[in-house]
Amino acid sequence: MLLISLAFFISGAVFFAFAPKKGLHYFYLLYAAGAGLAAFSFAQALYNYAYSAAGAPALSFALQISPALSMGFKSGPLQDFFGLLLSLAAFAASVYSSGYMKGTAAPRFQGIFYGLFILSMGAVFLAADALSFLISWEAMSLVSYFLVVSDTESEAAQNAGLTYATMTHIGTAFIIGAFMLAFSATGSLDFTGMAAGLAGQSMTIKSVIFILSFIGFGMKAGIVPLHIWLPKAHPAAPSNVSALMSGVMIKAGIYGIMLMCLHVLGGPGAHYATWWGVVVLATGAASSVLGVLYALMEKDLKRLLAYSSVENIGIILLGTGAAIVFYSFGQTALAGLALAAALYHTMNHAMFKGLLFLGSGSVLHGAHSKNLEDMGGLLKRMPYTGLFFLAGSVAICALPPFNGFVSEWLTFQALILGSSTPLAYSKVITLLGGAALALTGALAAAAFVKAFGVAFLGLPRSPKARDAKEAGLPVTAALGFLAAMCLLLGVAPRIMLRLISAMPFAGLKEMGSAGPLHSPLIIAGGFSGFWPAAILVSMLLGLLIILALAGTWGRNRKITYANSWDCGIRALTPRMQYTATAFTKPLRVIFKTIYRPRKEVRISFKLKPLFVSGITYQSGITPFLENYLYRPLTSFVGKAALKIRHLQSGSLPLYLGYIMLTLIGLLMAWA
Amino acid sequence: MGMSNLQFLIIILLSPLLQGIIKKMKAYAQGRVGPGVLQPYWDLARLFRKDMVISETASWIFHATPFIVFLSTLAASLMVPVITPDAPVLAIGDIIALLYTLALGRFFLVLAGLDAGTAFGGEGSSREATVAILVEPMMMLAIFTSAVAGGSTKLSVISKSMHILDSPAHVLAFAAFFVALIADTGRVPVDNPDTHLELTMIHEGMVLEYSGRYLALLEWAHYMKQMLLFTIAIDLFFPFGIKGDALRSALFYIIKLLVLAAAMAATESSRAKLRFFQLPSLLGGAFVLSLLSLITFVMLGR
Repeated sequence: MLLISLAFFISGAVFFAFAPKKGLHYFYLLYAAGAGLAAFSFAQALYNYAYSAAGAPALSFALQISPALSMGFKSGPLQDFFGLLLSLAAFAASVYSSGYMKGTAAPRFQGIFYGLFILSMGAVFLAADALSFLISWEAMSLVSYFLVVSDTESEAAQNAGLTYATMTHIGTAFIIGAFMLAFSATGSLDFTGMAAGLAGQSMTIKSVIFILSFIGFGMKAGIVPLHIWLPKAHPAAPSNVSALMSGVMIKAGIYGIMLMCLHVLGGPGAHYATWWGVVVLATGAASSVLGVLYALMEKDLKRLLAYSSVENIGIILLGTGAAIVFYSFGQTALAGLALAAALYHTMNHAMFKGLLFLGSGSVLHGAHSKNLEDMGGLLKRMPYTGLFFLAGSVAICALPPFNGFVSEWLTFQALILGSSTPLAYSKVITLLGGAALALTGALAAAAFVKAFGVAFLGLPRSPKARDAKEAGLPVTAALGFLAAMCLLLGVAPRIMLRLISAMPFAGLKEMGSAGPLHSPLIIAGGFSGFWPAAILVSMLLGLLIILALAGTWGRNRKITYANSWDCGIRALTPRMQYTATAFTKPLRVIFKTIYRPRKEVRISFKLKPLFVSGITYQSGITPFLENYLYRPLTSFVGKAALKIRHLQSGSLPLYLGYIMLTLIGLLMAWA
Repeated sequence: MGMSNLQFLIIILLSPLLQGIIKKMKAYAQGRVGPGVLQPYWDLARLFRKDMVISETASWIFHATPFIVFLSTLAASLMVPVITPDAPVLAIGDIIALLYTLALGRFFLVLAGLDAGTAFGGEGSSREATVAILVEPMMMLAIFTSAVAGGSTKLSVISKSMHILDSPAHVLAFAAFFVALIADTGRVPVDNPDTHLELTMIHEGMVLEYSGRYLALLEWAHYMKQMLLFTIAIDLFFPFGIKGDALRSALFYIIKLLVLAAAMAATESSRAKLRFFQLPSLLGGAFVLSLLSLITFVMLGR
């Protein structure tokens, strides 16, 4: 079935290349069909891994380049899980694109690269060895780079692309380093072979591999402090691509971390160092808190969502880190819980971040702006986008009955159970991770109340927002599909946990325990439990009772519609509403150590000091890491490059001399 | 057993009374006679009978919020042991599910504040979101201490395993939790429940546009949330007596509730409201307390 899906993608790309330009956007439906088929096939395979004794037939494809070198792709439980995540998000994004990408600037180019982007991500998830992985990884990075710089000719997009390309390649260098070290230690490029070979190796080698791959993949995932490309690059791409980049591509980083840290370094009988888990956990805590703090201050809707991706990667890493800590103490059942939380959140984030980015595209289409301060009152003008964006916001704030809550609840439990680890410092670290998660939850709620409230409620702040309209059926249908997934995964978590229990990691099997799909979730031998479906049902029952009571006794009450309370001046204007900047002002004051807010007031006078002719006011926050870490770094690299330039004199004999010196050096090293 | 599932009705039905009692206590402390303890019931009844005036700017969020706030508080009250920890219905959620269900209500309340497009609503919403950010991690840490000590995040298990402030860590955690209680019920020195002065209001700012039935639902939900949080404090920090027979447990519950109410009234009467930007020092101090409680617990092992 995956082959048929592949055929759909290839034919889609061919049509984009050669079909007449009019109605080109309908060919996105071919991608949608391909992604839908793939989703079905991945889900079925996962179900078979979990519930059939024979497992699922592993699809594999290998290309023998030389006796020692082969390139292959192979499916397995972890691969299929990420494949499922990709194909669900790609399905929604493709349906969306068939309506959204009507009349864009470069329809052919975007259409082809969009298809290639999805295929390359699929290839990353299915790669069976280091070589095919790296080739797919590079393809994914390059294709996404072109998509980032495709949407506009603005300088910002080009700069974003440059930052992205530079940082992603530094990341790839670390990944190559990790793979080469693993290869030289084991003689195998194949991931399964690497895992087997590394099992008996020393802790030092393993730790170096861990650090290299955590930095390399963390760069792609957008962990703090390596995240600065993410809020630049994701918003610059068209919204359908942003959704895939934030929803899926950064998960390739998570996939890489899980592949290297849990599969390759965690082969049979492997020992983990506790500090690996602590590093991952601490990075997760820092990413989640800082990511959401910056999201809170953002008034560009798409940048807000991008920063929130940093936050969610942090939450996923909190679970992953806790899992490694538990594995290092041999507490496999608890590790399974933590890992299930991480995987569940990975899937959830793909759903609601996809939904929110697609929704932001719809808002962009309607209000012609990414700036929250230009929006307002959109809920009345774009009711479906508004409803689904609200569902996504509730889900991402981890509020019941949506999916974000289930995975954050699992993460909370795993972190609290960190108190059962034997060492004092691991206890304190995991519990502090829990506190970071609580802080993140409250901050995220504020950030998304701001985003939804300022964009969709109140009065429109610009003429364009006043005339906003929905972007058509395919767009709202795609949003509706993702919102429904968010609700489904929130009410019946056992569906996803059953699929997760198929993962080949110790301790996960218990997470898929039998029982009806809607029954209460009980974890860690009764340590805790909750019943998501019942929360929803009790609220619905309560609603019925209230409505029945109101229908019996309250029928003849009158509702008058009138102006909002304006202190009696009868002249309420949109400018009197709270803006996004005003909403977060108290937090800017409270967290001023982190934000370093600056403001500049310039007053020009006709006649000093009484007659003012104009006042300009500017305020903003200082991007801490950019200013104090990256700027010195780039200026240092720039200066060093100027120095090194003297090597390039342009004269031929000198270059021949370089070649000879290199050759002699290599020969001496070889001998 | 079946009846024990209905213990949440106590919270729904008696929460206005608790509000009346606190008001009466405050009145005594301030040398006034004050309204009768049943006054909140009359207020609710009158509001339910009134017509409503709704802003033209408001969207369906404004109409849905009173229901969502009320229902989420109701769902949360299903999860808390009031007089017995053995009710099957408690399996619906643990303390974390409870807090996040309450947070759902708060999310919509803050949105509703922004819906009418006025400065007052926005001001209330912005401040409420800020207070929530400062309070939630602190509350969560205080709860972690109890959960780790009780060996579960289920309130039913915690309340059965505890007596009264069993360890030094619990004392610190309760101190932090009490501050969270003040902030979450919108009381002095964090918020002033009796004000309509725009410079000082938080909760009242958000619900300024509401009238009639909707306001009644919101006010009732607010009373319920207050009683719910008091009950959580009792379950987490001094649940003694809850295991016994229902009558004895109910008696203990009432006494504990009255003590908490008196403490709240005393705090409110003896403190002035803090300036908004002085709140971080109060709430930050409480955060440090809850952090200390957790570390104390891990280090002492009890």
